[in-house]
Amino acid sequence: MRYAMAIDTKKCVGCGDCVVACQTENNVPIGYCRDWVVEVTHGTYPQLELEIRSERCNHCDNAPCVRCCPTGASHYADGGIVLVTEEKCIGCGACIASCPYDARYPHPEGYVDKCTFCHHRVEKGQKPACVEVCPTKCLYFGDLDDPHSDVSKVLKKRKFKTLIPEAGTDPQLYFLI
Amino acid sequence: MREELIISGRMNYKVDPNLHIWGWEIALYLFLGGLAAGVLFFAALYYIRKRDDEYEAAVKWVPMLTPFFLVIGLGALFLDLHHKPFFWRLYTTIKLQSPMSWGAWTLMVITPLSIVWGATYVREMFPKWDWKYKWLYDLEAFFIKNRMTLAWIMITFASILGIYTGILLSAFNARPLWNTSILGPLFLVSGMSAGAALIMMLSKNPLERKRFAQMDLMLIGIEIFLIIHMFMGFKASTAVQIETANLFLGGPYTLPFWIFAVFLGMVLPAMLEIWELKGKHIPVYIPALLIIFGNIMLRFIIVYAGQASRYLY
Ligand code: SF4
Ligand code: SF4
Repeated sequence: MRYAMAIDTKKCVGCGDCVVACQTENNVPIGYCRDWVVEVTHGTYPQLELEIRSERCNHCDNAPCVRCCPTGASHYADGGIVLVTEEKCIGCGACIASCPYDARYPHPEGYVDKCTFCHHRVEKGQKPACVEVCPTKCLYFGDLDDPHSDVSKVLKKRKFKTLIPEAGTDPQLYFLI
Repeated sequence: MREELIISGRMNYKVDPNLHIWGWEIALYLFLGGLAAGVLFFAALYYIRKRDDEYEAAVKWVPMLTPFFLVIGLGALFLDLHHKPFFWRLYTTIKLQSPMSWGAWTLMVITPLSIVWGATYVREMFPKWDWKYKWLYDLEAFFIKNRMTLAWIMITFASILGIYTGILLSAFNARPLWNTSILGPLFLVSGMSAGAALIMMLSKNPLERKRFAQMDLMLIGIEIFLIIHMFMGFKASTAVQIETANLFLGGPYTLPFWIFAVFLGMVLPAMLEIWELKGKHIPVYIPALLIIFGNIMLRFIIVYAGQASRYLY
């Protein structure tokens, strides 16, 4: 099993519903966010290109945050989801410095926090909150090892890219282009 | 033109707008770790080479300061932790892939070792000292008998500690400035140079002072060589590394780095030491303090600038 997410950069309108859904679902403290929306403008008027991406932790296959963590708090859970065990985390910040995507932050309670792919929902067979609420249905989630999952199907049809592949982290967010 | 913006207003504490998860605490921790490593390295080295009576400051009493450096350093690291009550978790596992983990264990070995080393010389340095209990005298006798073994363990762990202060940073491939294998040797050498400077400053023996002035001169030479290599490496590498080098070659860190760390902390003290060795009289604390100052600056600048260097996407 290998959970992954695909994000359709052509359909995303940058409404930020995924960000609000995550904050509500996961009780993210005010002023913090586990996912965010990036807008890239390319070229000069009138030849402008726009790309909108909903980003979060990439649940990397070769995650530097897991490697650098001195206590084993950052770990791979089922399906390759990268999680932090709160009672093991000392808040040293090594994982925060090691993530090329700046996907982590220190939670006001001290431990380090980030996107969990809504592990608590996925366990029950539900989709992550952001995927569920997206009004343009531009987020796809599922198991890459299952050819019938939403994410496998869309990746078969569409061209995609990952972010900073040269960092060698083997990220599992696929951006459809 | 290409412009990239986070439009959902991300402002995560210590991460946005620029990463600043590590501040003065880690820089101080790395400096004190390197300084202690340097002092303990020379103590063990000159003991092994049987120069302990010649180089008394280096072998016998400057090492007595190192437990304080190490404890203050660990205190700074502790201050930096966000989840302090769980500190002990560091010592429930060893993860070799995580420098933070094996570094914490190295400190667990070398801190008591530095205390034991100092304690074996306490009565020699302070003849009126009284251990009060017989078992403490027995323990002292045991360690004095096995000083050579202690010295070998200490020189090994001092080297590991010195390298660790650099590898802690170079393990992060997300931060191009840190992600260079030169940082390990650079911080080891710079820690040794700070250690030699401290010994030189505190020693009363002109011969010992001269020895450590020469040592420092050599170490500064190696440091400058490593720094030049580091920048050559960056400049010859990918866009990310070139951008990183530019932080120091025209960018915001240019002045602090080249003036404070390199000129005041390396070049000037080296020049002063050359004059001194040529017979001019220069108060020893001037080059020594400059070297220590440069060392602190190097750690601070690398810790801060590293967090400003990043992948572009
Ligand atoms: S995106 Fe960052 S936090 Fe997430 S798994 Fe990769 S390195 Fe770790
Ligand atoms: S902050 Fe926590 S999760 Fe991150 S590396 Fe340190 S102990 Fe591990």
